[in-house]
Amino acid sequence: MKDASYLAIMARRNEIMKRSVGIDYDRFEIPPLAFDYEGMMEETGYSLNEVYTIQREAGVGNTPLLELRHLTKLAQRLAPPGKGARIFIKDEAANPSGSFKDRRASVSVYHAQVKGYEGVVTATSGNYGAAVASQAAQRGLKCIIVQEAFDSHGLGQPEIVEKGRACEAYGAEVLQLTIGPELFTTFLNVLDETGYFNASLYTPFSVAGIETLGHELVTQLSGQEGQEPNVVVVAHAGGGNVTGTARGMRKAGCQAKIVAASVDLSGLHMASDSDFNRKSFTTAHTGFGVPFAINPDRADVPRNAARSLRYMDRYVTMTQGEVFYVTEALAQLEGMERGAAGNTSLAAALVLAQEMARDQIVVVQETEYTGAGKHPSAQLTLARQMGIEIRRGDPAENIPGKAIVIPQHPEQIKVKDIDLTSLKRSYIKNAIARLRNPRELTDECILFLAEETRSDREFVRQTIDSLLTVEEK
Amino acid sequence: MKARQGDWVQIHIILLKPSERAERAPEDTKLVPLELRVKGFINHDAKIGEQVTITTHTGRQLSGKLIAVNPAYGHDFGQPVPELLTIGRELRALLEDEGESS
Repeated sequence: MKDASYLAIMARRNEIMKRSVGIDYDRFEIPPLAFDYEGMMEETGYSLNEVYTIQREAGVGNTPLLELRHLTKLAQRLAPPGKGARIFIKDEAANPSGSFKDRRASVSVYHAQVKGYEGVVTATSGNYGAAVASQAAQRGLKCIIVQEAFDSHGLGQPEIVEKGRACEAYGAEVLQLTIGPELFTTFLNVLDETGYFNASLYTPFSVAGIETLGHELVTQLSGQEGQEPNVVVVAHAGGGNVTGTARGMRKAGCQAKIVAASVDLSGLHMASDSDFNRKSFTTAHTGFGVPFAINPDRADVPRNAARSLRYMDRYVTMTQGEVFYVTEALAQLEGMERGAAGNTSLAAALVLAQEMARDQIVVVQETEYTGAGKHPSAQLTLARQMGIEIRRGDPAENIPGKAIVIPQHPEQIKVKDIDLTSLKRSYIKNAIARLRNPRELTDECILFLAEETRSDREFVRQTIDSLLTVEEK
Repeated sequence: MKARQGDWVQIHIILLKPSERAERAPEDTKLVPLELRVKGFINHDAKIGEQVTITTHTGRQLSGKLIAVNPAYGHDFGQPVPELLTIGRELRALLEDEGESS
């Protein structure tokens, strides 16, 4: 019998990963810190046309692109004269399991089937679990979902409990854990024991699956309106959504600005038992968005295919209260009841539209399904139970885990910019942390860091220099 | 409460005791065990609290303490939120009041 202890499992981590993903990541490594990202995406992923074929067969994608006329009108009322871009939304809730995650799951599960795996495993507390379970059901593969679902009192986060239910509805085995970083060990253990495919969110398959979303929204908008989007807002967590959407848009020849948006949960620890049920959002928040942007390879595969800093032009945060307000507005003004996490980017778009000219277009690239557990009323009922203050007021007074302030008036909704230059510096700091001689990096590695941070060699050299100078002092 | 062989049940397993938690876990998390809950069909008759073995949806055999028979999900829509209820009315009034935008 294999040794399943923590140390034994972690020691065999690379071996388990290689077998369960079927990618030899070492092949793309460029020591001491770089790797051939585009090479990995091309050689191990699927082409846009292949992905379209896989998704058509699975009933995924080709979702409606809808104009939000009343929210556009609202943005125009709030904006200075001549401003107020038209707001469109890609209704990804129309996918089989109710979110854009079906796009990612469809390619992963297809690949698992083609490669002869008996089943798939994924570690996720989000919509991705239901997506993998749904796709596995379609293809007749077994499916195990590993979730972080309960705190130490056995209190489940309602949104995660709902996702667990959905996974079970699709016939998956759902392992529901309490909080902690050891989830990864449990996940490796399951992979090791079952020999199933690791349907990670962060493989080239998963990211290739999202490229159709970016490609579709550009071609649909061109067909419907005869113009390209000027800004596309993408809810940001692990980076796949930003990466895949941007890559797909570029494949459609579109250079629109990519704005990443997350819910601000600063101050709440992601692995803390007592903070767990003080969060009213389980994804698209800063607790994932920031760490994954500055250190993408913290994922459950050796090299993350989702590398958001390569693609984002701007990164903004919204408060929980603002997103709940906009979720309500979408239902009441547009007749669309959709999940709150997917509305993070809509909240940002309502503000961004006010900065843009009226003949321009901002596209919100996803919605997600809503229902028991996911609905704002479910989340806010839990929040009250946890002693969190909920009131109308100025959303600037929102404090994650303590106060959720629902705006009194839509003009109070603002975006808060995260300084991208500072994120880029943090990325470089992480990247060079383990190097013995960071000043002697090869030009290839400098160029890699420039691509990773969407900057240039000069920025990378200056940043390394200033980081090391601070250290030496 | 009793479970009969073949019933859909939930079991509970302590994976790590507090003393075994990962070094990098936050302090409050290190004070509590890492627990696992999972559902499946029970392989034999048993009472709540007993050690049992289940067959999961994937056909795996897992053992743990029986904690529920045919467990309810329990999540719901919660209570209506007064702070949200009037937003639709306010926004419609705002859009109507100011007439056609210039």
